[in-house]
Amino acid sequence: MSPRHASTGYWIGFALVVAALAVAPLVLPEFWRRFVTEILIWGLLAMSSDILIGYTGMVSFGHSAFFGLGMYGAAAALLSVSPPNLWLAILYGLVGAGLVAVFVAFFSTRLRDIYFAITTLVFSQIFYVIIFTWTDVTGGENGLTFRAPTFWIPGVVDIPFTREILHWFVLAVVTASYLLLRRITQSPFGMVLQSIRENEPRTRAIGYHVERYKIVAVMLSGLFAGLAGVLYAIQNRFAAPDFVFFLISGEVVIFNVMGGMGTLVGPVVGAGFFFLLREGFSRFWTEYYLIPVGVIFTLMVIFLPQGILGFARRRLNS
Amino acid sequence: MIPFELILIQIINGIVSGMILALVASGLTLIFGIMDVVNFAHGDLFMLGAYMGVITLAATGNFWVALAASCLAVAALGAVIQVTALRPLLGRDPLTTILATFGISLVIQNSALWYFGPVARKINEPFTGQFPLFHLQYPWYRIAIAVLSAAIIGALYLFLKYGTYGIWIRATTQDRVMASAMGIPVPWVHTAVFAIGASMAAASGVLFGPLVGVSHAMGLDIILRAFIVVVVGGMGNLGGSILAAIFVSMLEAFAAIWVSPAQAVIFSFMALILTLLFRPTGLFVPTPK
Amino acid sequence: MLSVKNVHTYYGKSHILHGVSIEVGPGEVVGLLGRNGVGKSTTLKTIMGLVRPAEGEIHFENTPITGAPPHQLARMGIAWVPEDRRVFKLLTVLENLRTGLDRRGVTEPRREALLEKVYRSFPVLRERRNQAGGTLSGGEQQMLAIARAMMLEPKIILLDEPTEGLMPRMVGQIREIIDVLHRESVAILLVEQNVPLTLGASQRVYIMEKGMVRHHAPASELRANDSIIHQYLGV
Repeated sequence: MSPRHASTGYWIGFALVVAALAVAPLVLPEFWRRFVTEILIWGLLAMSSDILIGYTGMVSFGHSAFFGLGMYGAAAALLSVSPPNLWLAILYGLVGAGLVAVFVAFFSTRLRDIYFAITTLVFSQIFYVIIFTWTDVTGGENGLTFRAPTFWIPGVVDIPFTREILHWFVLAVVTASYLLLRRITQSPFGMVLQSIRENEPRTRAIGYHVERYKIVAVMLSGLFAGLAGVLYAIQNRFAAPDFVFFLISGEVVIFNVMGGMGTLVGPVVGAGFFFLLREGFSRFWTEYYLIPVGVIFTLMVIFLPQGILGFARRRLNS
Repeated sequence: MIPFELILIQIINGIVSGMILALVASGLTLIFGIMDVVNFAHGDLFMLGAYMGVITLAATGNFWVALAASCLAVAALGAVIQVTALRPLLGRDPLTTILATFGISLVIQNSALWYFGPVARKINEPFTGQFPLFHLQYPWYRIAIAVLSAAIIGALYLFLKYGTYGIWIRATTQDRVMASAMGIPVPWVHTAVFAIGASMAAASGVLFGPLVGVSHAMGLDIILRAFIVVVVGGMGNLGGSILAAIFVSMLEAFAAIWVSPAQAVIFSFMALILTLLFRPTGLFVPTPK
Repeated sequence: MLSVKNVHTYYGKSHILHGVSIEVGPGEVVGLLGRNGVGKSTTLKTIMGLVRPAEGEIHFENTPITGAPPHQLARMGIAWVPEDRRVFKLLTVLENLRTGLDRRGVTEPRREALLEKVYRSFPVLRERRNQAGGTLSGGEQQMLAIARAMMLEPKIILLDEPTEGLMPRMVGQIREIIDVLHRESVAILLVEQNVPLTLGASQRVYIMEKGMVRHHAPASELRANDSIIHQYLGV
């Protein structure tokens, strides 16, 4: 993907979408409002995964570990300090996710493709098992519950997170993250990542320290995934080991593929698409929505590897 | 001090579960070695095999018939999966096969949940009967599992080493293009190998069934361990996978003396991490000269 | 028997073959000469179905085979001996031969006979029959690659630079093998850089340059007048 100077059209569209999302809690029934907030959070997680899968070409099944540790990190902060502090939660969450990211980053430089994918999968499971069995600290199977912090900017505002304010906070964080990630992927750094995806040996031959770029990519990806975990913890006020299970990573990869890899926006669309499908199928098929969704996903991997966004783009261009 | 008996019993347990794991891992590593496909759905084929065993056993009352029927049924399914979903992906980025098999895994798992329900089923052992091992009564069936698994793997080895099809498979593994130029129908070799791998997973499922309950999620545990084994043993290395399977299982069996079984799996993870750090091509692969 | 018409082949975006046309009649030895990189190997690979041509048609015994999979072509009677030999390194010599020998419709006695024949032509292969292919020397691997192709009892062999990297003594052996095959009415499309060998063994010769066939003449003509060879190959 070559850097394109975003057209005014793009920014107008972007502004419209953000505006629509901002208005959501005011017009939608609570169920759908929450739905949208969750899509944003999972979308952020999927975006972080896109950095690795879509831009650097590294398939990771480990994002549930980053997400989970962000969640549990936030939980730790919110449980240990009274009154619960928003920024401490974010800090702990990012640190937690960051530590995992360091581990994964280390291996990313030594392992190629499939070995890396398997290793990240195993990592998720290591954390799952630890969290699941270390009941004293992590609450084990039942997880942890805690109170939400207040939205606190020292000296400016200190208000509880109402549904609307929470939604807007999430929207702000996700939008800011998107803009930041977009800037990064379109920078020279981002170009090198894509070059690594296209042809790693050649990128190395040209003289780039591929290892360093991969490490940064993993750290970036892990931190934003952790941030998503923090948001999730704040929104739901609980942390559970289920979110660290590797199947969650798999779902994130599904968002990436369905939406369109290497687009940042695609994964958010993919998350939305997935959740809509789940809602839709759940009407008829309660818990078995993964059967048709799995079929759709597999078909998309085979026939529509560029995802929804890629498909739309081709349609628009022709 | 840990009683010597306990250690011996754990060694035997380790070997027994190791052989089952070896059977599953052999199929996985065979598929990877020949087709460069990481079959995420392998654990679910294991699970389907177990369920097929349940059904056939209920219908016929004969464990061995159930075993054979299950292998054939899952082999057929494997062939269908390979032809419909994996053949179109030939020549694409190998990571797409991980994704595709992951999608298939979701479908199979949830279909099993849908069709069979969440309650675990039981397969009865073909024979009960125990022999005295120290202060325990150790079931003969467990020994039988180990022997059978070894026999199946042995049969696979012989098949690959002798016989025309064995040559076809080995030639295709080494040089797919040249094999094709020699008249070997490579696409069908791939299908056959996938089917063989699938049937081995199914056989493990049926054999393992009496030891645990048959449920839709039983594949998850196994696939994780199988991945570890395949990497530790060296991907594509049949002998390595078998040794690695026994090694990993014994490691867990010993660990289970001190920690809970759920936590014992961490030791396997550690083995994987260490392997990747120091001997990434596999612990049991001879160092290239 | 083998007819290649106006074939264009690309590797990605590179246009390698620009409308190549070649004919090989039954039992003929046809040479394909040209400098490095002009597309000789690509021509063979296109015929063998390893690369799909973007344009053009290939026919074998009047049947269209453009883009057919290699294993089908092998069964129809087209054998390929690649430039880098590509023996199956981890299979024994015998197993290498068996990849071609174990075909449907070949009776056990005929297989024995075929194997015997090849062992007589290449005694070193009989000696090393249980050794891994990768342990053979360069020349021995070339023998194995050709013998393996002969196991298919082909009607035509696509022979890609058989003398490359071989000692001069072995070049004579290659020439003998080609002559023997010719006597048995096996056609050969011989890609080579060794001009004397090619002119001596072939009946007709095509000369390629930059992905196109530039000249086509009976070998005798080229032997008599070497200015054309000088022009295209600079030797």
